[in-house]
Amino acid sequence: MSIEHRDDTGARFGMWLFLYTEVILFSGLFILYAMALSKFPQQFAEASHKLNIYFGSINTIVLLTSSLTIALAVTAIQRGRIRQTLILCGVTVALALLFLVNKYFEWSEEIGHGIYPGSEHLAEMGPGVTNFFNLYYFTAGLHGLHVFIGATLISIVAVLTAKGKVTSDRYTLLENSALYWHLVDLVWIFLFPLYYLIL
Amino acid sequence: MSEHTHEPVPYRTFILIWVALLILTGITIAVSRVHLGALNIWIALGVASIKSSLVIFVFMHLRQESKLFKIGLLVMLSILAIFIGFTFFDVLYR
Repeated sequence: MSIEHRDDTGARFGMWLFLYTEVILFSGLFILYAMALSKFPQQFAEASHKLNIYFGSINTIVLLTSSLTIALAVTAIQRGRIRQTLILCGVTVALALLFLVNKYFEWSEEIGHGIYPGSEHLAEMGPGVTNFFNLYYFTAGLHGLHVFIGATLISIVAVLTAKGKVTSDRYTLLENSALYWHLVDLVWIFLFPLYYLIL
Repeated sequence: MSEHTHEPVPYRTFILIWVALLILTGITIAVSRVHLGALNIWIALGVASIKSSLVIFVFMHLRQESKLFKIGLLVMLSILAIFIGFTFFDVLYR
């Protein structure tokens, strides 16, 4: 047997460090939001009312549930239950796709109403509303990109699990993908009330 | 490396946390429909912070990690506080 160097804790800590930088990335956008909100409180409330609260709420439930399934997948692999791990990863990816499909319909509706960055309709509503929607599209778009990346990572890990490369003895890849997925959930936990629920 | 692997967290724990997260989401939505002025945003942020800690400590296994991971989180949050604080010192007192 060849000697291999392996440091699971180090790998996990590396992932955490990366996630901290992700938080700083998103917090820049949230700070912009906070400054714009303090400048245009009335317009932000008005703009927030144009967002569909049902899409937002359903997507919140979808993401929270997907966070549960990937957390369960980690427990499943630790217990050596490969079939369960694969099913739970599959459900997580399916929920991620459901989130993106919802987002597609939501954005289609908004763009159909003439609300998109740079639109004339938006310009007529003044700088406050424009500011809100520009930030909304950028933050939700960046978050959506993270959903896509997370789903891809989990799909790859599921294939590796099926091939026997990720096992109950060696599952750091699944653990780190799960960590990434939870970060996607964390960002949404703040994004949802700030954009959809302003009165 | 066996000393560094975690005990598996029971399914039950995760499901209970998930239920708590759904209840907190319900609270966020319900409170947001009542006009409370500036308090609305602080309640929304407060509930979101509680939800995040549940995700970070339980779903992300931070509870089981060593001190190093927890100090890391604290350092990140301090940087965040400086980032937010200094930006607002500038913006609010212009």
